[in-house]
Amino acid sequence: MAETSLTEQLRALAEQAQALAAKATEAAASAGQQAVAAVPAAPGHDGGQFDPAVVGLTVFVLACFVGYYVVWRVTPALHSPLMAVTNAISSVIIVGALIAAGPAQMDFSSIMGFFAVILASVNIFGGFLVTQRMLSMFRKKK
Amino acid sequence: MSGTISALLYLVSSVCFIMALRGLSSPETARQGNLFGMVGMVIAIGTTLALPSVLSYETIILGIVIGGAIGAVIARRIQMTALPQLVAAFHSLVGLAACFVAVAAFYRPEAYGIGQTGAIATSSLVEMSLGLAIGAITFTGSIIAFGKLQGLVTGRPLVFTGQHPLNAALGIAVFVLIGWLIADQNPTAFWLIFAVSLALGFLLILPIGGADMPVVVSMLNSYSGWAACGIGFTLENSLLIVTGALVGSSGAILSYIMCKGMNRSFFNVILGGFGGETAAAAGGPGGDRNVKAGSAEDAAFIMDNAASVIIVPGYGMAVAQAQHALREMADLLKSNGVQVRYAIHPVAGRMPGHMNVLLAEANVPYDEVLELEEINRDFAQTDVAFVIGANDVTNPAAKTDPTSPIYGMPILDVERAKTVLFVKRSMASGYAGVENELFFRDNTMMLFGDAKKMCEEILKSLE
Repeated sequence: MAETSLTEQLRALAEQAQALAAKATEAAASAGQQAVAAVPAAPGHDGGQFDPAVVGLTVFVLACFVGYYVVWRVTPALHSPLMAVTNAISSVIIVGALIAAGPAQMDFSSIMGFFAVILASVNIFGGFLVTQRMLSMFRKKK
Repeated sequence: MSGTISALLYLVSSVCFIMALRGLSSPETARQGNLFGMVGMVIAIGTTLALPSVLSYETIILGIVIGGAIGAVIARRIQMTALPQLVAAFHSLVGLAACFVAVAAFYRPEAYGIGQTGAIATSSLVEMSLGLAIGAITFTGSIIAFGKLQGLVTGRPLVFTGQHPLNAALGIAVFVLIGWLIADQNPTAFWLIFAVSLALGFLLILPIGGADMPVVVSMLNSYSGWAACGIGFTLENSLLIVTGALVGSSGAILSYIMCKGMNRSFFNVILGGFGGETAAAAGGPGGDRNVKAGSAEDAAFIMDNAASVIIVPGYGMAVAQAQHALREMADLLKSNGVQVRYAIHPVAGRMPGHMNVLLAEANVPYDEVLELEEINRDFAQTDVAFVIGANDVTNPAAKTDPTSPIYGMPILDVERAKTVLFVKRSMASGYAGVENELFFRDNTMMLFGDAKKMCEEILKSLE
């Protein structure tokens, strides 16, 4: 008796799960279509149905690993130049600033972009030059 | 230029940045690495300028010229001892630039292809607001770090009751505001995220003491990378994501190395309050114990008759600008047949690798400058340890006294040398507020005075 009711319950549960799964698939498919529709120009989406942020995430995680292994190999004596040069290359944010400052007509966004270009340029020139100055001082015994 | 070509050029630029970091694995390849970095940056900027949407070249070139001139002048003029505050100041600029880009993207999302004003894609909003928040924290946090390193803000930890709950509340507020922003794309929410994050940056760094700045500067370095990442995700630009991740992990690793050098957890440092009055009560017996004070002539005599000398520089050397006088002294000793080497503790100075740069500036060859693990065993066979402007990193209490705040911190074993010479301005304890047992040992001689003057006087006696 108890066994049958248990089996029934299980069957009911399984049916519910199936229904839910079907709904989920439907939702996922429509979400994927939406994502693709929202970014028609995004490369590499001919057929695959996933959010472009996933590509970004893949790149991000792999880059973190590269960073981890490369930075551990930096000799401790050069940790100051490392900070200076990472500071300089983090100003690559200037890419975003240039796009903001890019449009021909001036508005709030392009003014923000203009200021960001100035700030990032200070960093790029300052960062690389100070790194160069530091590195030029490191000499071996004559 | 087609999208594919610019994406490929961005890839080349990313590889250049990886090569720039790779070059730093040895001083011989480092300059080449820096060159790679510059090439990468030129490619990145050139590629972006060639995008069809970028048209206002006059404005952009004006911006680059203004910023570049400021940066170049600063980089040429800055004294090497002021390097930590310079790096902190530069971090604040990256943070602010990230904020500006986020603002620009919020007000004109069409330019970045992430939707229309008031109808920005949700994932872009999340990424944008994270970039904004991290950028703002980096901006104000770096300003405080700069102030502390420059001596504009007190180096002592500023603590008040309810500090941590307040910070936690602000942190939660940022996330709630991000939720609000996603819900109705309200500009008020956007600006509130900015404002709260700015406040959070101030409050997070204020309670951290001056000598913990190596960790803070590395941490902010890391944040500036994550901010770039956030913006990279918003713009779906893999160059920004890669570079941000490189910088972010670099800063995180440096913070980890610094924390390990002090045997403290990252959270212990970040929560602040270490050093200053609170810790002063701890430590060994102090008061009116006898120390042996010597003169420059005594020190010159001892070192001239030694076979080997290991110099242990610390922040005091940087403050006194003593590195040039120190190198002249070491040169004279070397010409008299004494073996001279330098031992660097990982947390000596105010930023990672600070001492190495100062010694390099004074023309000390880098193969005479050794890290803790490389040289620590050699102290036992060394005649003289010459400690100049360092204190806590030599304190044997780190090994022997479990109640000491610095217990467990790796130290340079200067106590094993036959004679220890301490150049110090006074008997004041170091940053951790702990008395150094070593000052009272029989084989220790204290040389009281300014580090630079002391080196010059020793030099005179040696001649």
